[in-house]
Amino acid sequence: MSTSEKPRPHETEESRPYWRGAERGALMIQRCAHCGKLRHYPRLVCDNCHSLESDWVEASRRGTLHSWTVAHHAFHPGFAQDVPYVLATIDLEEGVRALGILDAPADGKLAPGAAVTGRFERRGDGVSVLHFFLARQGPRLVKGDDQC
Amino acid sequence: MSLSGKAAITGIGETDYVRGSTKSAFRLQVEASLKAIEDAGLTPKDIDGIIPIGITGAPAEEFVTNFGIGDLRYSAVTPLGGASGIAAVQSAAAAIAAGICNHVLIPSGRNVSAGARAGVRIHQMPQFHLVTEYEYPLGAIAPAQLYAPMARRHMELYGTRSRQFAEVAVAMREHAILHGNAVMKKPITIEDHQSSRMIADPFRLLDCSLESDGGAALVVSAAERAGDMRQAKVVVAGIAEGHPDSPSSITQRAEMTRLGIAKAAPRAFAMAGVTPADIQVAEIYDCFTYIVICQLEDMGFCGKGEGGAFVENGRLKLGGALPTNTHGGLLSQAHMLGMNHIVELVRQLRGQGGATQVEGARLGLATGYGDLGDGAIAIMQRV
Repeated sequence: MSTSEKPRPHETEESRPYWRGAERGALMIQRCAHCGKLRHYPRLVCDNCHSLESDWVEASRRGTLHSWTVAHHAFHPGFAQDVPYVLATIDLEEGVRALGILDAPADGKLAPGAAVTGRFERRGDGVSVLHFFLARQGPRLVKGDDQC
Repeated sequence: MSLSGKAAITGIGETDYVRGSTKSAFRLQVEASLKAIEDAGLTPKDIDGIIPIGITGAPAEEFVTNFGIGDLRYSAVTPLGGASGIAAVQSAAAAIAAGICNHVLIPSGRNVSAGARAGVRIHQMPQFHLVTEYEYPLGAIAPAQLYAPMARRHMELYGTRSRQFAEVAVAMREHAILHGNAVMKKPITIEDHQSSRMIADPFRLLDCSLESDGGAALVVSAAERAGDMRQAKVVVAGIAEGHPDSPSSITQRAEMTRLGIAKAAPRAFAMAGVTPADIQVAEIYDCFTYIVICQLEDMGFCGKGEGGAFVENGRLKLGGALPTNTHGGLLSQAHMLGMNHIVELVRQLRGQGGATQVEGARLGLATGYGDLGDGAIAIMQRV
């Protein structure tokens, strides 16, 4: 185990519902209360109708792979034990994107459009972060690879 | 009113580029600035506008105090990361054209050996706050990791290959060695690139720019005064900045392979009245090899997806069709936030390029790329 701590989210008023949702395993997406446009990451104003009013909806956590990188060099000591790890950009069914850790072999073949499902995983420091797994594999296959 | 031809780069200055400098960032900024002012044939008291570059840039007041400037008429900041330098030239040209001031100093300099590395620095910057909140905790820490998905997407959509990235790295290294004032001195081959360790797939070590120390500065003056000054007259023929869609998050960008310069380039070329085919030398911001390829497409040197093939067969090398980064760029000369690209372009257009001079170059461009895709382009001409 690494002795260095990983970075923690700096919660704001705008992001608090996202992180509270993460704690209970729900991927929460901000929605304009006036025109209904979904926006992620959360922010103050709707870029469509400029309303300041918003509410939140729970997303399906289903999506497809848009792009990715495999981190081989740890730029932060908190991730020194984790490399190599896959960071995946996901097109969610709801039409916004999410970045998450893809629980797939770092040397495996990936392709855009691959179906994925997300889940939040609670780290040792109590922070819940978004992971994805390839839908064709299922979550059980990668469970054994978890490092902590 | 068009800015074309209204301003000239009348002074350039840079320090030696090194790693592990013992000089402070401000001292490096001052040394480069004094060289640029001297190069222009001016004295520090002639400066009446200042646009400091980068988060390590000392505020204008520091230069007023140290140079004894009696009447500073213009100051601004242009926070576009590596596109800040060209955005500053645009701001200077606009202020000069409006008659606000005559000689604008654009100082830059950094000592990163003494401070935090890029992966830590960026998360203190306000333009990265969404990345810092949602992506940093996942382990998306450094620019290499944030930009790599753009390159991967390009590879998957268009078949771009790592060996094409290598073509960029090898050309920059050759130029750096010829140029002389460069951090990297050892030749590299395509195979060296291919066997360099993976940092953030698809970026290998030799796809990544340097962390280095030094200073670079410009003096921008009214074009009508430049003819009476010390150096050959190099005017700003076309200039523009452009901001990408979703500028605060690459993850959320609809078209991940399109940078801010795609919006700026048509404006700059139209302002200058030239096309990419007219460009004789290019100094293209190269924080990563892929970013060069993407900008070449976004500026219209080739179609989207054709950039990988475009850089093959030595096209970017001296003697190639588009000699690029004749100083070695951020990849092999120094990471000076692209200010070194502007300095080098002016040197080339004056005919002071030394061992990397492009024969007869009179029209060229420099670009900047910064933060999460901000872009800027300056087309300059010897007149």
